[in-house]
Amino acid sequence: MFTYWRSPVAAWGFVLPSHECKENGIDWDTMFARGLKRKYGDQEEGVEGFGTVPSYCLQRQSLLDMSLVKLQLCHMLVEPNLCRSVLIANTVRQIQEEMSRDGVWHGMAPQNVEQRAPVDRLVSTEILCRTARGTDGEHPPPELEDDPLQSSASELPIVSSTQGQRNPQSSLWEMDNPQENRGSFQKSLDQIFETLENKSPSSVEELFSDVDSSYYDLDTVLTGMMSGTKPSLCNGLDSFAAAPPPPSSTCKSDLAELDHVVEILVET
Amino acid sequence: DIISTVEFNHTGELLATGDKGGRVVIFQREPESKNAPHSQGEYDVYSTFQSHEPEFDYLKSLEIEEKINKIKWLPQQNAAHSLLSTNDKTIKLWKITERDKRPEGYNLKDEEGKLKDLSTVTSLQPMDLMVEVSPRRIFANGHTYHINSISVNSDCETYMSADDLRINLWHLAITDRSFNIVDIKPANMEDLTEVITASEFHPHHCNLFVYSSSKGSLRLCDMRAAALCDKHSKLFEEPEDPSNRSFFSEIISSVSDVKFSHSGRYMLTRDYLTVKVWDLNMEARPIETYQVHDYLRSKLCSLYESDCIFDKFECAWNGSDSVIMTGAYNNFFRMFDRNTKRDVTLEASRESSKPRAVLKPRRVCVGGKRRRDDISVDSLDFTKKILHTAWHPAENIIAIAATNNLYIFQDKVNSDMH
Repeated sequence: MFTYWRSPVAAWGFVLPSHECKENGIDWDTMFARGLKRKYGDQEEGVEGFGTVPSYCLQRQSLLDMSLVKLQLCHMLVEPNLCRSVLIANTVRQIQEEMSRDGVWHGMAPQNVEQRAPVDRLVSTEILCRTARGTDGEHPPPELEDDPLQSSASELPIVSSTQGQRNPQSSLWEMDNPQENRGSFQKSLDQIFETLENKSPSSVEELFSDVDSSYYDLDTVLTGMMSGTKPSLCNGLDSFAAAPPPPSSTCKSDLAELDHVVEILVET
Repeated sequence: DIISTVEFNHTGELLATGDKGGRVVIFQREPESKNAPHSQGEYDVYSTFQSHEPEFDYLKSLEIEEKINKIKWLPQQNAAHSLLSTNDKTIKLWKITERDKRPEGYNLKDEEGKLKDLSTVTSLQPMDLMVEVSPRRIFANGHTYHINSISVNSDCETYMSADDLRINLWHLAITDRSFNIVDIKPANMEDLTEVITASEFHPHHCNLFVYSSSKGSLRLCDMRAAALCDKHSKLFEEPEDPSNRSFFSEIISSVSDVKFSHSGRYMLTRDYLTVKVWDLNMEARPIETYQVHDYLRSKLCSLYESDCIFDKFECAWNGSDSVIMTGAYNNFFRMFDRNTKRDVTLEASRESSKPRAVLKPRRVCVGGKRRRDDISVDSLDFTKKILHTAWHPAENIIAIAATNNLYIFQDKVNSDMH
């Protein structure tokens, strides 16, 4: 039956110029798909293994970073796809749950001795996830007991200065209240700005320390967004072998980029 | 423009397509004639009209796209054809009529002033066929979220529209009211973890409908049970395979399309890697599962990065429910014969589809032996995706939307369904 399909008419429109979309197949893709779980102790091995397959924990962190970027960087002219946002947020939640089960969530970046590091990381994650205004009378206060992210935050006094500690997936898709969505992307950028301005340079380093700047470079991401291509995670991971640029210079350029992005949003 | 939906009417005589620019194009099948045997049953453009325009929601400062998400034909009840077309927010009922006569001779007196013979005043004269389309109803302001499905009830009086969190029931003649029959919006939006992805009325039982979710479950609801069908009558869910578990398991289990079989006995679902046939009498698992492109399982992270993993593929039954079809990447589409368990991969492209050419089966090789015309997984073009396909209700004719091209294929040898 199948061998005799014919086309009586091929109508309507013209063919798009075809361009190949080569997805660089890499070994760690397979690893990820199978969800191999390594023990926490393996993390140190991964750090040493540059040039070979990145460790499970590194990949997991990269996936988390990528997911957070996806949640944040959706084009805001049209309402973002709710299904996509929910699926990405669920993925983020899964990763975070697994990381806290592994005990990795609080203990990441072992070279960082200062107590403030976990809070900064919480703040950065939360800010990255937040796409709506913090002040919203409708929502009840977050349940600190349930959320592994919040539990450590309650111990430290610095937490109170950050507005409205919430589940990172909060109000991501709150579309009922029209006030919330207006300029939400710009608002969250403003918050990043605010946070960065308030902190001393040393803590700004820590803010970005968990993020691999070679992959997560705002410049690359923004360029990618404008031109429609996306930074390839595969390519980004290749540069794991290369030494990352000094954090302070990256932060400064990131600030300049944020400035630039806010400018663009204001103009549109 | 990019085609966003394809739908045959109930006889297969008409084929409607909607595109990203809000236009609808209707094709009509030419009647087979002995005079021109080569143009047997080919489809020609019948009518084109602008269904939806872009709008701006001033409250939210967001654009509302004019892209046509779905078109559904109403059963024909008189000489006119009717269809429902919808974008993200507004559903419209369009009436398509033909005019092939026009009245002539209105004046009682002719040009010289003499009275005309009364029998010649105002007669209908033949004219060139004109197809007129007019919007009869506009069903607006029913949805806060984006509409993903519409489905006409078998009672021919009502229809439903579903968005990410709610399903509404409308009467075709009433535009200022609709009834909410499903609402899965949580009291606290922070608790949102699941959305509605597709829904459809049962083809024969006007009280039954099904909706699918982003977590891979199907819920069959009975409108006789309660006014608000939040509580399902049946829940169809396949237990997760622990050996295949990954961070992407949930995303690839999200159902992108659900279709009842013509018989009403089965449901067909499409998730990212498979199509599944479910028996309405068995909720525990599907009765059949077909791999569409399992070779992508090892590439899920790249596909997640490129957002391809969120592509929503549709699926279709043939008229006799013996074959199912769905699209894939690289302009490939797949057909699965449920009886013989054979499957085929075909390609919709200009190069391989000269008129009356026979489509050649394609193969994706995943390492190992590679035949001459095989495509390797790494050279698949993920920008060429076939999301929308349709099958003629009675014959072996299929319509395939490949980005902004429409392909119509016929199986001339086996034109009858079996």
